[in-house]
Amino acid sequence: MPELRLPLTLLPLFPGLERDVEVDATTVADALASLDERWPGLRDRLCEPGPVLRPHIRVFVDRRPAQLDTPVAAGQRVDVLTAISGG
Amino acid sequence: MLLVGTRKGAFLVESDADRRDWRIRGPMCEAWPVYHAIADTGSGALYAAAASEWHGTVVWRSADLGETWEHSGQGLTYGEDGPPLTKVSSLTAANGRLFAGADYPGIFHSDDGGVSWSHFTGLEDQPAREAWMKPNASPPGRLGVIATMPHPADPRRMWVNVQGFGIFYTDDGGASWTPRNQGMRADWPLEDPAWGYCVHKLVRSPADDDRMYAQTHVGVYRSRDGGASWTEITEGLPSDFGFPAAAHPHDRDVAYVIPVDAGHGRMVHDGRLAVWRTSDAGDSWRCLTRGLPGRDAHVGVLREGLAMDTLDAPGIYFGTSTGQLFASVDEGESWSEIASYLPGIASVEAVVWPD
Repeated sequence: MPELRLPLTLLPLFPGLERDVEVDATTVADALASLDERWPGLRDRLCEPGPVLRPHIRVFVDRRPAQLDTPVAAGQRVDVLTAISGG
Repeated sequence: MLLVGTRKGAFLVESDADRRDWRIRGPMCEAWPVYHAIADTGSGALYAAAASEWHGTVVWRSADLGETWEHSGQGLTYGEDGPPLTKVSSLTAANGRLFAGADYPGIFHSDDGGVSWSHFTGLEDQPAREAWMKPNASPPGRLGVIATMPHPADPRRMWVNVQGFGIFYTDDGGASWTPRNQGMRADWPLEDPAWGYCVHKLVRSPADDDRMYAQTHVGVYRSRDGGASWTEITEGLPSDFGFPAAAHPHDRDVAYVIPVDAGHGRMVHDGRLAVWRTSDAGDSWRCLTRGLPGRDAHVGVLREGLAMDTLDAPGIYFGTSTGQLFASVDEGESWSEIASYLPGIASVEAVVWPD
């Protein structure tokens, strides 16, 4: 199963959510949908209508920039990051 | 209790009825930018409208006076085919229902204490809607419903303030709407004289349902007929521009504003912080400065940044966009700085809880 690393800012929003989670998924969108089943509302904190990733969220699969339809496979690492913004 | 919405979360600033000694709790809501924090005195719950650049818009809620908070964005959407909803900028609780004013613009409501939300209206029957839905007519930050003002006893009646378009009114529970801007001024071309006004803040007197005050982009106005007509009452103020306004809880003729310079600055004139009070429904104004910095105070106060409590001798409070919080318990005659180093303040609400 691919392993996701989530942004720290997400953890306090969903009790029990850990930063590193494994999910059974074939695309980034699948992975987020799987998390949303366990933590309802989580997908909406990373995606907006389209669906597309929120403008200040970035996803990398094995260090390469990815989108929701990017394939993921067992053993791959999926990093979900908050983009540089704020202050 | 004061609920203070800031760029870095919500804060609660609490005192007893003397309102002399204050205690600050926060930041709450995970330090998300909070645009409006309110209390529902009916249920005892607190709510905070927040928008994160990273994670979007949610409304936080607390059932234990801020000890713990939960969030929900469920239903705060225009659907997968609709535009993204980026900010809820106003909250109101009335008649057992919560209302949230959002960008695009639209209004959402919740009947389960903020656990879930449903689209209430986009004022679909209004000719003005065609204009506010044009992407190239909207500023980059997008227009929103910056206030919803339900009638406190009649759920069929509500006034709303659409940013850059003005006030609209329903008396049939939101099925149909009527512009309520007659008598207001605009110094820009109007497509239709019924709408296109830039109302920064609308308040209703708790002492008289028909008495309202509005601070707009160009002037302060009074209405004696529930917003059906407006009379300009700017004369005597140092600027026709400002954001906040507050209506006295017991005297319909008393209101407060904090004028600021227009243009880029939008700070109090000449670094001199002052609150202005009318005691005769806007026929004249008095400048209140005792206890406020008289120089070098280059601060602004935003739309929801001024509030009054409901005690017999009501307190008045305001927060600056640079994080200072001031209070007066003598109708504005003298002021105390009760917090000095909060994050930039977007909203202040005052609530009195029973002992």
